[in-house]
Amino acid sequence: MFGTYLYRELSNRRKQTAIVASGMALAIALVMIVNGVAAGVRDAQSAVLASIYGVGTDITVTTEPAIPPEGEQEQRQQPRFEFGADDGTTQDGTTALSQSRLVSAVGSTTFDSTALNTAAGIANVAAATATLTLNNVSFSGEIPNGGTSSAPDSEPGSAPEGGRTGPDGAGGSAFSVDTFTVTGIDVGGESVGPLTSVELVDGRSFDDGDVDANVVILDVDFATTSALNTGDTLEIGGEEFEVIGTVTSVSADATTASNTYVPLNTAQRVSGIEGQISTIYVQAVSSTEIATVQSSLQAALPDSTVKTQEDLASSVSGSLSTASDLVGKLGTWLSIIVLAAAFLISVLFTTSGVARRTREFGTLKAIGWSNGAVVRQVASESLVQGAIGGLVGVALGLVGIAAINLAAPVLSANPAVAAGVGAGGGPGGGRFGEAATTTVAATDVALQIPFTFGIIGIAVALAILGGLIAGAFGGWRAARLRPAEALRSVA
Amino acid sequence: MYELTNLTKTYETKRGTISALNNVTLSIPTGQMVAIQGPTGGGKSTLLQMLGALERPTSGTVALGDDVLSAMPDARLAEIRARTIGFIFQGFNLIPTLTAQENVESALAPLGIARTERIRRATEALTKVGLGERLNHHPMELSGGQQQRVAIARALVKEPSVLLADEPTGNLDEQTRDEIMALLEGLWRDEGLTLIIVTHDSAVAKRAERRILLKRGVVTEKK
Repeated sequence: MFGTYLYRELSNRRKQTAIVASGMALAIALVMIVNGVAAGVRDAQSAVLASIYGVGTDITVTTEPAIPPEGEQEQRQQPRFEFGADDGTTQDGTTALSQSRLVSAVGSTTFDSTALNTAAGIANVAAATATLTLNNVSFSGEIPNGGTSSAPDSEPGSAPEGGRTGPDGAGGSAFSVDTFTVTGIDVGGESVGPLTSVELVDGRSFDDGDVDANVVILDVDFATTSALNTGDTLEIGGEEFEVIGTVTSVSADATTASNTYVPLNTAQRVSGIEGQISTIYVQAVSSTEIATVQSSLQAALPDSTVKTQEDLASSVSGSLSTASDLVGKLGTWLSIIVLAAAFLISVLFTTSGVARRTREFGTLKAIGWSNGAVVRQVASESLVQGAIGGLVGVALGLVGIAAINLAAPVLSANPAVAAGVGAGGGPGGGRFGEAATTTVAATDVALQIPFTFGIIGIAVALAILGGLIAGAFGGWRAARLRPAEALRSVA
Repeated sequence: MYELTNLTKTYETKRGTISALNNVTLSIPTGQMVAIQGPTGGGKSTLLQMLGALERPTSGTVALGDDVLSAMPDARLAEIRARTIGFIFQGFNLIPTLTAQENVESALAPLGIARTERIRRATEALTKVGLGERLNHHPMELSGGQQQRVAIARALVKEPSVLLADEPTGNLDEQTRDEIMALLEGLWRDEGLTLIIVTHDSAVAKRAERRILLKRGVVTEKK
């Protein structure tokens, strides 16, 4: 009887069922899409961040750049190239000069590597590793024979006597400055850190024997544009490094964190920044411990900046950030409003339905139906209406998600990289000053909404919740109907 | 057997207290056919609701056999209504979305009877009231007389000992009224029911064994 009555009521009150189910479907679909987009944006942010901070990194420790002491500013921010009188090779009246320096990246600050041991010793830290982020700046050029400076009585850059044309074709000099990023990696600490977000394309990764070796792993794009292969050599900081492998980002949407990777000890030695690191990457034993570990790290390393992935996500700017804000604020509120409206419509229709059916429920009670049976009937009708809305909503939501995935809107992300953390800039070949901009990597990310049963679960749960709320209101009203009053009120 | 003792029912309204039943004492033996007459607002329907365990008295008692209805919890009253008392209403009160057979079945639902048995008994009850060919018709597809027959079948399908009818022919023409009354009389005789009918219609009341006049909440026996 229960099933028959339920079916008859819903099928004979199609208009009401359609309105309630439609409202619920719209709300459910919207919630699914907003949730899906939020998950997609989170994934995109994670992909962008993972390319910089590595997969599995929960917390990073850096130090904020400080204003250098008077007189050291020039020295710290710009590498200085000094050539002796006999440096370079001379041919056809032109001297070719070349020098490379490995220097701390602009905007980054280093700190004592003992902090790594401190971080690793914090409770609930699963893994910790350190990196040193550097820039290799290469100066190369040709100057007319006669020295590295113009004659005292001549204007700078003017053609030398005799009318000889210099390397620039006008008697002057020609120079170029190339820059690429170099990240010193703790060879034994690959479970967390930048190398966890890359995969080997060619050659090999670091092993324990590479701790102090002049070996380098290249980003595959950098290797391609620099015409370098495994087995070739690359000059870094004035020393020859053997290319032992090439890597690429595991994410199709993001670049690697650095153009080149070298062992940490080697990076410290060649750059002359002994015993210094620029970032510590920390992995907590579980996601629930991240906040605790962050607090402990901050307490143990009071001069450091300790950031979680969540903090780092907020540093991502560009349209990805706009999308995140839009989803987080407008989308969430819109979902809540539509959901509340759908619930309200469902409740109003159910309670007004009970009012309209006063005689019906009064009669049922008069012929012996218990209060519970009447309430169950009313609540079940609402529940089924909610479930129908939920099913239609899930279908609509999936269509919406598929449409967004098909369109794959491209979002740009500009992670504001924490001081000391390297980011893969364009492969080398810049000019002076360009190093400052390579600390921020702009990445285009195609938004893809992940399909998860969790989203469907949320949708179905909301539909059931809506039905239950409406059913509870309707059932409560039906339960309060006394049969005599119900029959009298319609007499 | 019904025993009503010093039964009083008052309603509080915005215009003051209305006394629907005033110290009514009444005895109705099992198997009797009783007509309750009286002017509008005299308390007829209220009395019927007391007899049908739909309403509780303000004071006094209502007993049906050994069951004191006025002192029972709601759940037990619902059980008594489900098993012992059949109702027929002036407006038929059929559920519009259910077929004739399903409407009749609805009276068996609270008894926990299996579906096949429900269908069998509903079909039998509808056949008995002359609607064996209209099992799958919805109330809107039936005439007033046919709808009241469905309501009678619904009241009788559970084989109650008491049948309460509130103006059962009030919405019917004379010919249909006579048909329905003939049907009720036949069922009363055949089933041994206690039949209590509230009516304005003297032609209906004259068919009863006993006539009670209810005026301003006070009972007077009519010869």
